[in-house]
Amino acid sequence: MKFSIIKKYSVLLIFVFSFFSHSSFAKESHVELLKPKWTFDGFFGKFDRASLQRGYQVYTEVCASCHSMSLLSYRNLGEPGGPEFTEAEVKAIASKIEVQDGPNAEGEMFVRPGKPSDRFKKPYPNENASRTANGGAYPPDMSVLVKARPGESNYIYSVLMGYEEKVSEHIKLEDGVYYNKYMSGNKIRMSKPLSEGTVNYTDGTKSSQEQMAKDVVHFLTWAAEPHLEARKKIGFKAVIYLLILTILVYFIKKKIWLRVEPKV
Amino acid sequence: MSDDTSKSKESFEPVHTNKTGGSPFTGVVGWIDDRLPIIRMFKHEYLDFQVPRSLSYFWSFGGILTICLILLIITGLSLGMHYKPDAKYAFESVEKIMRDVNFGWLIRYAHMNLSSFFFIAVYLHIFRSLYYGSYKNPRELMWLIGIFIFFLMMATAFLGYTLPWGQMSYWGATVITNLFSAIPLVGESVVTWLWGDYALGDAALNRFYVLHWLIAFLIVGVVAFHVIALHIVGSNNPSGIEPKDTRDTVSFSPFTTSKDLVAMLVFLLIFVAVMMYAPNYMGHPDNYIPANPMVTPAHIVPEWYFLPFYAILRSVPDKLMGVVAMISSIAALGLLPWLDFSKVRSSVFRPIWKQCIFLFVLDFFVLMYIGGAPAEGIYLIIGRIGTAFWFAFFFILAPLVSLIEKPLPMPQSIHEFEEWKKQGKLKTIKLFNKNK
Amino acid sequence: MSENKKDKSTRRDFLTTVTATVGAVGVGAGVLPIITHMNPDSSVKALASIEVDISKVKEGQEMTVLWRGKPVFIKRRTKEEISKAQQVNMKDLIDPEEDKKRVKKEEWLVVVGVCTHLGCVPIAGKGDFNGWFCPCHGSHYDTSGRIRKGPAPTNLEVPQYEFVGSDKIKIG
Repeated sequence: MKFSIIKKYSVLLIFVFSFFSHSSFAKESHVELLKPKWTFDGFFGKFDRASLQRGYQVYTEVCASCHSMSLLSYRNLGEPGGPEFTEAEVKAIASKIEVQDGPNAEGEMFVRPGKPSDRFKKPYPNENASRTANGGAYPPDMSVLVKARPGESNYIYSVLMGYEEKVSEHIKLEDGVYYNKYMSGNKIRMSKPLSEGTVNYTDGTKSSQEQMAKDVVHFLTWAAEPHLEARKKIGFKAVIYLLILTILVYFIKKKIWLRVEPKV
Repeated sequence: MSDDTSKSKESFEPVHTNKTGGSPFTGVVGWIDDRLPIIRMFKHEYLDFQVPRSLSYFWSFGGILTICLILLIITGLSLGMHYKPDAKYAFESVEKIMRDVNFGWLIRYAHMNLSSFFFIAVYLHIFRSLYYGSYKNPRELMWLIGIFIFFLMMATAFLGYTLPWGQMSYWGATVITNLFSAIPLVGESVVTWLWGDYALGDAALNRFYVLHWLIAFLIVGVVAFHVIALHIVGSNNPSGIEPKDTRDTVSFSPFTTSKDLVAMLVFLLIFVAVMMYAPNYMGHPDNYIPANPMVTPAHIVPEWYFLPFYAILRSVPDKLMGVVAMISSIAALGLLPWLDFSKVRSSVFRPIWKQCIFLFVLDFFVLMYIGGAPAEGIYLIIGRIGTAFWFAFFFILAPLVSLIEKPLPMPQSIHEFEEWKKQGKLKTIKLFNKNK
Repeated sequence: MSENKKDKSTRRDFLTTVTATVGAVGVGAGVLPIITHMNPDSSVKALASIEVDISKVKEGQEMTVLWRGKPVFIKRRTKEEISKAQQVNMKDLIDPEEDKKRVKKEEWLVVVGVCTHLGCVPIAGKGDFNGWFCPCHGSHYDTSGRIRKGPAPTNLEVPQYEFVGSDKIKIG
């Protein structure tokens, strides 16, 4: 009889274990990721607007020359739950870039300044052009990049902080390949993008490597999950509601079953 | 007054095709019920229906599965109004749903996580049937219909997962459709026929979309048969003893309905918590990378609910035999009513079979873990042992145990079973049964 | 006897009423997204207003733009067209409306180019009233876009618009 209890618990353990293990095979190097505190973590997670705006600045000045974010539109920058730039600021940001439109009445394509409804401008027209310009490597689109990597925000942050000067002897790096402690496979074809002072923050925040990495990852997380705040807020209300309803229904059930139990 | 002599000797059977009437209801309700007796049918089948009083919460999964199915269809219909089944636009259209459509993110995450929870519920539902012998006479056909539903569920889930057209969608579909090439002689042609092209692409995506809808609705139809069969043979119960008199039963409503409602709400609570706080936990990050026919991900992994069968598939070195093993591992369930010929239904009274079932469950989880691991080294060895045990459970243990096992002393009726439980004479699975 | 039994099991007490109400709220909240997702999504709403550059439209000329999926005629009227529109007797109109109520700056007429009869797009410069003519069922509109002859019941719709600077109008 004791044996069956052990078995029952080992079943439970295996179940729990297998639930948590499925992601571990994806990481080839078992290095613990850096895990900074994010304001969007936890049951009551929220985005920090200032951080998002700084992160957008980092994206535009450092990343956007190679990485597209083509699933976002400029108007997203003004929508609630995100960086929440003002309508005027969004219009200004959009109008700085040029967009191809058309055909016009004469049948020709033409170029015009951007509008808030336009998608973020791509640095290259397509993947092939991107690869040609980057020595065969393809800087991935960043619209959902955070969700496309195991470890999500922590992974991206770790990679940005994970460039190391000293590389151990037995790792051979080809031309244009760099060593990164946290990148899966440890090799990355992007050179270190962030160093102290790379960006001059308009709000005066000190632009240390750590600060810029945090801000840009914050921004990328919002870009991948623009409705995160609404989701967590509604989620909290829904869970509390269901908890209350379940307790109420449970008491009704108990009351109903009282009619039967004594009979036996 | 002359008779027609040719007809005078014949008499004709009076025929009364009009079955109108007989409704116990009055008014408009009675008027409808007289002509289409669904209201008295509903009362008979869902209100007054006598159901064993000893049912534990393990019996609530049928209702939970129905709720899941309804919600999957509603969210699926909503998604379908925005999704574009074109290889160029599919990934983007899903992101549009997530970003632009009002509450699109909620509907998408709900649909995605519901399909996982659908499988959690079905595995618990099947476990209940295994442990309590619900597959035995007279419920064999219900069991077979259930296995058919399970196959349909897996097909629907597989097809649905391809629709976002991410890397895992693409490569998982490529691997699984390529399995058909294992069919001797016609294999390659079948694969090309499935794809409508020489590789998985737009043609396949379009038809997978249509088939996903079709099979989902087929499930509804087959579930109807499953439930109709249930209302003929009646529910099993933890004692495995059939109800004999009203001391053994309660009316379905309000007793089982209130109990089912509690179970559904607890299930919903867990589902909503996961959906809102860890919506991508049961998925795979690679599916947020748009499908690329030129680049294969490092590890192609199906969704978690397929992992045990994926492990079985990869355990067998031969491609065709691997496919046969995978399909027969599920089909073997169908043979259980005849492989296990013990006259005792419930494992509560079957000490050896109970252990076998727990080992089987353990095996299921071990295989699930192996399915997510690379198919090499120690993982492959364990996978093969697990596969061997799986088949041994059906073809060796089931008949052997039914032959040699001495069941524990059994009560005479359900109400006596309840009595024994109160006296602590029985060990039932306490986790889900608080009937004290 | 069966009445009593039914009475007992369907007796509504406080707990049940409260629970049912709480439950109904949840069902309502759950149904809401299923209905609202069909409303225009935010990418559609972003295009709900457009800004049009009217600097190149000369006097007597007209441009057509697409707004919310429909054509909008933007006409720069000549002095003759304006006076003709203003001098029409209200009694002669099928849908009486003064011209000055249909324009913000009398030089510019902005109307939705969809015939109010059954939705065809009227042709400019045709018809008996120097405005537009709808070829589908023969409705004639004047230089203020008002229906003068034919089956259409009302004047061409004037959308919500405003002048932005000297050379742009924002429609919607």
